[in-house]
Amino acid sequence: MLPKEYRTISDLSGPLLVVQKTKAVRYDELVEIELANGENRRGRVLEISSDQALVQVFEGTDSIDIQNTKIRFLGKVLELPVSRDMLGRVFNGRGAPMDGGSPVISEKKVDINGIPMNPYSRDFPSEFVQTGISTIDGMNPMVRGQKLPIFSGSGLPHNRMAAQIARQASVISGHEDFAVVFAAMGITFEEAFFFMEDFRKTGAIQRTVMFVNLADDPAIERITTPRLALTAAEYLAFEQDMHVVVILTDLTNYCEALREISAARKEVPGRRGYPGYLYTDLATMYERAGRLKGRKGSITQIPILTMPEDDKTHPIPDLTGYITEGQIILNRALHRKGIYPPVDVMPSLSRLKDKGIGKEKTREDHADLMNQLFAAYARGKEAKELAVILGEGALTEEDKAFAKFTDEFEDSYVRQGEYENRTIQETLELGWNLLTTIPVKELKRIRDAYLEKYLMPRLTKEETTEEAAVSE
Amino acid sequence: MATEKVIKGYIERISGPLVVAKGMLGASMYDVVRIGELGLVGEIIELKEDAASIQAYEETSGLMPGEVVISTGAPLSVELGPGLIEHFYDGIQRPLNLIEEEAKSPFISRGINVPAIDREKKWTLESKVKPGDKVVPGDVIGTVQETVLVQHLIMVPFGVQGTVKEIKSGDFTVEETIAIVDDGKNKHDIRMLQKWPVRKARPVARRLPPVTPLTTGQRVVDAFFPIAMGGTACVPGPFGSGKTVIQHQLAKWAQAEIVVYVGCGERGNEMTDVLIEFPELEDPRSGQPLMKRTVLIANTSNMPVAAREASIYTAITMAEYYRDMGYSVALMADSTSRWAEALREMSGRLEEMPGEEGYPAYLGTRLASFYERAGRSICLGSEQREGSVSAIGAVSPPGGDLSEPVTQNTLRVTKVFWGLDANLAYQRHFPAINWLNSYSLYTEKLDEYWDEKFDDEWSNLRITAMTLLEEEDKLKEIVRLVGIDALSKDERMVMETAKSLREDFLHQNAFHEIDTYASMEKQFKMLRIIIRFHELGMDALNRGASMNEVFNLTVREKIARMRYSDEKDIDQIDLIEDEIKSEIGSTMPVGGDIDVA
Repeated sequence: MLPKEYRTISDLSGPLLVVQKTKAVRYDELVEIELANGENRRGRVLEISSDQALVQVFEGTDSIDIQNTKIRFLGKVLELPVSRDMLGRVFNGRGAPMDGGSPVISEKKVDINGIPMNPYSRDFPSEFVQTGISTIDGMNPMVRGQKLPIFSGSGLPHNRMAAQIARQASVISGHEDFAVVFAAMGITFEEAFFFMEDFRKTGAIQRTVMFVNLADDPAIERITTPRLALTAAEYLAFEQDMHVVVILTDLTNYCEALREISAARKEVPGRRGYPGYLYTDLATMYERAGRLKGRKGSITQIPILTMPEDDKTHPIPDLTGYITEGQIILNRALHRKGIYPPVDVMPSLSRLKDKGIGKEKTREDHADLMNQLFAAYARGKEAKELAVILGEGALTEEDKAFAKFTDEFEDSYVRQGEYENRTIQETLELGWNLLTTIPVKELKRIRDAYLEKYLMPRLTKEETTEEAAVSE
Repeated sequence: MATEKVIKGYIERISGPLVVAKGMLGASMYDVVRIGELGLVGEIIELKEDAASIQAYEETSGLMPGEVVISTGAPLSVELGPGLIEHFYDGIQRPLNLIEEEAKSPFISRGINVPAIDREKKWTLESKVKPGDKVVPGDVIGTVQETVLVQHLIMVPFGVQGTVKEIKSGDFTVEETIAIVDDGKNKHDIRMLQKWPVRKARPVARRLPPVTPLTTGQRVVDAFFPIAMGGTACVPGPFGSGKTVIQHQLAKWAQAEIVVYVGCGERGNEMTDVLIEFPELEDPRSGQPLMKRTVLIANTSNMPVAAREASIYTAITMAEYYRDMGYSVALMADSTSRWAEALREMSGRLEEMPGEEGYPAYLGTRLASFYERAGRSICLGSEQREGSVSAIGAVSPPGGDLSEPVTQNTLRVTKVFWGLDANLAYQRHFPAINWLNSYSLYTEKLDEYWDEKFDDEWSNLRITAMTLLEEEDKLKEIVRLVGIDALSKDERMVMETAKSLREDFLHQNAFHEIDTYASMEKQFKMLRIIIRFHELGMDALNRGASMNEVFNLTVREKIARMRYSDEKDIDQIDLIEDEIKSEIGSTMPVGGDIDVA
């Protein structure tokens, strides 16, 4: 039976339209809108009362007129046909192929909003992911099933870093089924092209599903783009047993789109005009990362957002930080110094780090070493600040050692090549080497046994080389 | 009431979690309803003539105007009885493991109806009364060993009193009649299972002020900003400052007999973490798994927003129930900000006039009435049992700005404030509780308690330590401006000791197997050694010892490692004092008091 057609639009405003005299329409239902010129658009029911429905049009309301537009309610929610064949394909923000290929022949269709995971059924993420980037692996280790966003700013190399992670993320234990799901929301063609080229060059494209909504595509589609991507990711992870890394960029554009709809609905705004439910809305996406008991696959999320004015307290990074399991923060000052990746390790954090490291995972000394590096870097930075005010002379010998450590840390530990894939062993060794310049009694965060095992050999070696140098 | 008529209306409007139903005349505020063909659970939050505004506890997608809405005629209630401990519930008390079984999927599908308490399981009841005994509400008629740690008291429910006609012993399910009480007019069947509306506080005989400490094994908390049994505390802090770790630490090590932990609008993985970790962790007092005294409630951030609002009440009602048995209960809520946001979202959909930052004007009242349900009290019943509920709420202020409404309204009612500091967190100083702006209004009261225990030394140590930390803060300012050389010897000593206090006492590693928990005895000994070092060091400096030598005593390494000494060996800590003395003795200039520095 054909769905009933309505020609009863009464209001059009922003991305919204109101249909009158509706009957048997369901909340959240998918809507088809046929324009006078025959063009078809899609929308979804946002609010409904006994005889009228408020519809959000995904592609925007331009050139829709009140008289001649036909509305059909499709009796189902927005679904994505899923299949393993999605790998290697590029889709638009509505889920239609945009790489010139044929539509995916699907095994089944899935509601893109997903269903919340039962916390009882979750498996705790504890498997270390080696990204090959020292500031992540060594200082803020990521685990499979974690959601770890990159907080960046305009003009910082977050895209290059995300691509590097996608390229290098592998697990110590082996070569399992691995996929990347990539969702672009409102990014420029250039940025999208960068990712596509990068994936193509490295052959990763075969294992990648892309959903692309460019800056000139309808803003409202940005609401569905990440949900399509996550639906694909859930299918690949939990039904196809793949380890999926989901990159979402740029969440800031997503939130802007959400604000646009909220404003059009004349809702009471929360902070900075964003809707009061921004937290809940973001959570319904971020919480779709994780692992499930009894399933092999996992979803690891790396959302990227650009902080307006590099302000971490702006609602978007703020609410994101409250939901995600840590954050990697990029720093403009480091970027200016020419350090790539400009990760500011101090405010960066991986909340699941303790679960993924240690004996049999990375190495027994990882946690202590990490804490010590943090403490030493913090102390060194403090000393350097002091030196700026009072001059080098005001520093104690220890402070000088820490200040020197900080410079070396940034220069050799933080800095690394875009195609440099450091193993966790290399990263740990690098950390120990840096600590040799600090007096041993200051290394309070490390257990004696590890100092003995990892630091002492280095110190004696250095002494002998020094002696050797002297004797020469 | 006794009306048999079922109130049945139909859906008029749907907007997210808000459903408006017509034809609901006769329904009461806060009645639970079943919505549509799926039978989604909802609660009436507003009535206008025959139209009821309902907050739906499940996702409303796919509902249609015209579908039926049926009132259950009862307010949102929790089931109380043996079988709560060790369970993991969602915000409206559905066991999450049963949801998984019912849904046959790791995802939570809708319209699932599962009992909160196992109806099949038989519990061994030992009766405590005889036929002919007079009983009043709260009197214990029998006991059930719920877990190794918890003896569950079966109490005469509120509103029932009279003479025991019949009482049974043996194995029963929670729904079987175990006793009959005759009040002269009616005979009441007593079962182990009771129901209680969540939004109503369970009554007590008398309320008492909190006077005994609730130790937590966390040094900064117990020593400087302690909470009392039956007290209230809040932990506000920006993200990444370690709120959740602190809540977890308190849930693990707080000296309460029962712990109710509610994850309200927070991360799913965190709840899973608790669920995996607690059965493995040992309670330092009983040696039993921590799970044997814990009830978990999770409404993660992606679960329906209205159920998040209910979860806090579900939790505190269960906490009160165990308090009524005479237990000390600790309730951790992480995070109350998410609960407030759920209020805000519903308020917005109801088109109420917003207060500050879009929050409803009644935010303060709601918060206050929640925290007021905590306290120490004499419970109902002729036994005069004493029980307590201590409530600890995390607050997540946007941007870490404490002037926002949820934090401010919370501060108005809670007695302890553990202010988390992002800068401390960046330096990996955990717990990142800022010792300069945090406070506890129980400190003086509890000093009395500890002074009695620790030979009147405690409060002096605590005050000396706090003064040193405050002085350090002032001196740091000077150092920042003119350099460390501008300080006098005494001041340098203050800086050294304060540093030791920060690094060797306040800093505590939650993930270190020993450091994660410190008994009060250990804390006392540690604090005493640090203060002794200060006094002896100060004395030595004044008598001419060089700063370099005093600050670099080898014994300081031992001071730094006190925290890693096992609870069994804490007496060793006392020995450090002698070492300090002898080492300091050797720093003294030979044959006189000329400063060689």
